[in-house]
Amino acid sequence: MSVTGAPRPRRPWKGLGRPRGQPSSEARAAYAPFLWLAVFFLVPFLLVAKLSLSDVVLAIPPYAPRLDWSQGLGGVIAFVRALDFDAYARMGQDGLYLAAYLSSLKFAAVATVILLLVGYPLAYGMARCRPSVRQALLMAVILPFWTSFLIRVYAWIAILKPAGLLNMALAQIGLPPVDILNTDTAVYIGLVYAYLPFMVLPLYAVLERQEAGLLEAAADLGCTPLQSFWRVTFPLSIPGVMAGALLCFIPMVGEFVIPDLLGGSGTLMLGKTIWTEFFSNRDWPAASAVAIVLLATLVIPILLFQRQQTKMMEQR
Amino acid sequence: MRRGPSAFNIAAIVLGMGFLYLPIVLLVIYSFNESRLVTVWGGFSTRWYVSQFQNEQLLAAAWVTLRVAFVSATLATILGTLAALGLVRAGRFRGRTLFSSMTYAPLVMPEVILGLSLLLLFVSVGVARGFWTVMIAHTTLTLCYATVVVQARLVSFDEALEEAARDLGAPPWKAFALVTLPNIAPAVAAAWMLAFTLSLDDLVIASFTSGPGATTLPIRIYSAVRLGVSPEINAISTLLIGLVATGVIAVYLLNMRRRTAAP
Repeated sequence: MSVTGAPRPRRPWKGLGRPRGQPSSEARAAYAPFLWLAVFFLVPFLLVAKLSLSDVVLAIPPYAPRLDWSQGLGGVIAFVRALDFDAYARMGQDGLYLAAYLSSLKFAAVATVILLLVGYPLAYGMARCRPSVRQALLMAVILPFWTSFLIRVYAWIAILKPAGLLNMALAQIGLPPVDILNTDTAVYIGLVYAYLPFMVLPLYAVLERQEAGLLEAAADLGCTPLQSFWRVTFPLSIPGVMAGALLCFIPMVGEFVIPDLLGGSGTLMLGKTIWTEFFSNRDWPAASAVAIVLLATLVIPILLFQRQQTKMMEQR
Repeated sequence: MRRGPSAFNIAAIVLGMGFLYLPIVLLVIYSFNESRLVTVWGGFSTRWYVSQFQNEQLLAAAWVTLRVAFVSATLATILGTLAALGLVRAGRFRGRTLFSSMTYAPLVMPEVILGLSLLLLFVSVGVARGFWTVMIAHTTLTLCYATVVVQARLVSFDEALEEAARDLGAPPWKAFALVTLPNIAPAVAAAWMLAFTLSLDDLVIASFTSGPGATTLPIRIYSAVRLGVSPEINAISTLLIGLVATGVIAVYLLNMRRRTAAP
């Protein structure tokens, strides 16, 4: 009766019914996105790596050497010979790059800690509400994530600028004005504001799943609410803390829009460095070298994040 | 976790939500300000909205942005659904680790790196930058978000249903289209919405990959923002926020109704 033959094996013996070495139809479904990502994600990275070994020239595109296929193998050899580590050497000599690198890491690390301090109580409070209220609050946290990042950062300029809304409010209650826009403080405010949903969502996901019975048991055994928080709730929420911290930290290290719009000329961050090298200085090899260094720094956090994503998907 | 929220919990929620929404609310309020000075209230007016619709450069940019977002979201949703199927169902296959790395990495990868690398690809191949290059770049970015959204739904879907259809003689594509797809449709729709809004929103990747003829709305807004706060930007921002909020809330309510209507 069946056109396709023998009944299909159920998981986890999936694939046993197939001839050896022939991929399942699901694996074949993944060919198209696999190919797409290989061409538009993997290959471009190799190009960045290659370009970081090239030299700047006054031409379009502004780098040399270019691979000349018409020369055959000789062209390839000449091309490889012309590659060097000049862009990296320049980075090492110029203290500005190192300063930008360290200050990016500092901005991202400090902002991640502030995000945890702000996001945890919010996620915790949400998890303690009635389910219907919880749903509405969850929606309220997700909504800003859908609205434009650029616009949300822009909204802070009107608040923080010298004649802005914050100083107007301060004047109303008789306090002296503050000058925050174009300082590091403004960058921190922007980072915390823009990334708060990314911190709250994973935290909320783990806190919401925790059994109320656990806290009751802790209370029965004589824990004060504070003790049961530190001994039960918090340790169980560590996966959420990790996911939230990684989800915020990694993109914040390379953030461009926030330091550019809210920070001052003294605010150094790698995302801004890459942008400036590329668009203003037209030094493509330098921009590529900075990108490679940034990527190398983020490889370990990114791998951690991937492991956690995979684990979470398989746990469900 | 049950037990009602304490006073501390309520304070945390109120402060947190206030922090999230106050800047947006202020921006919306001041978009209706008659005065050109952004911080001085000069009475209610919709003049900045009217002037937006006469600004042809802005309208052209909005049109480019919508087209890019529509095409890239559609492509990303198709590719993302296929990728999710592969990741959830195919078990182990050669290159699986590489594949799952490539699908998760762009979620957290700094946008400057993605933008720069794609630009170098386009330059080395020698294609002119414009509509198609931005579209490809946005598809690459949003494909990963689409994969994660569909994947989350797919892992909770009982595969036995589709297997039953196949045992009854349906070819794989038909079993998928008639059994699995209707089940994961809400997630596929959500993936499309997410991809669409991410594309609407993106500044950094579009700046690297767009050409002279394909200036997107965020690029226009960004160059205006660099010159300072203006009521025009407030008005266009309010329009965008309203558009996206309406869409998201509509999808949310639709999902709620379906859930309560289901037996």
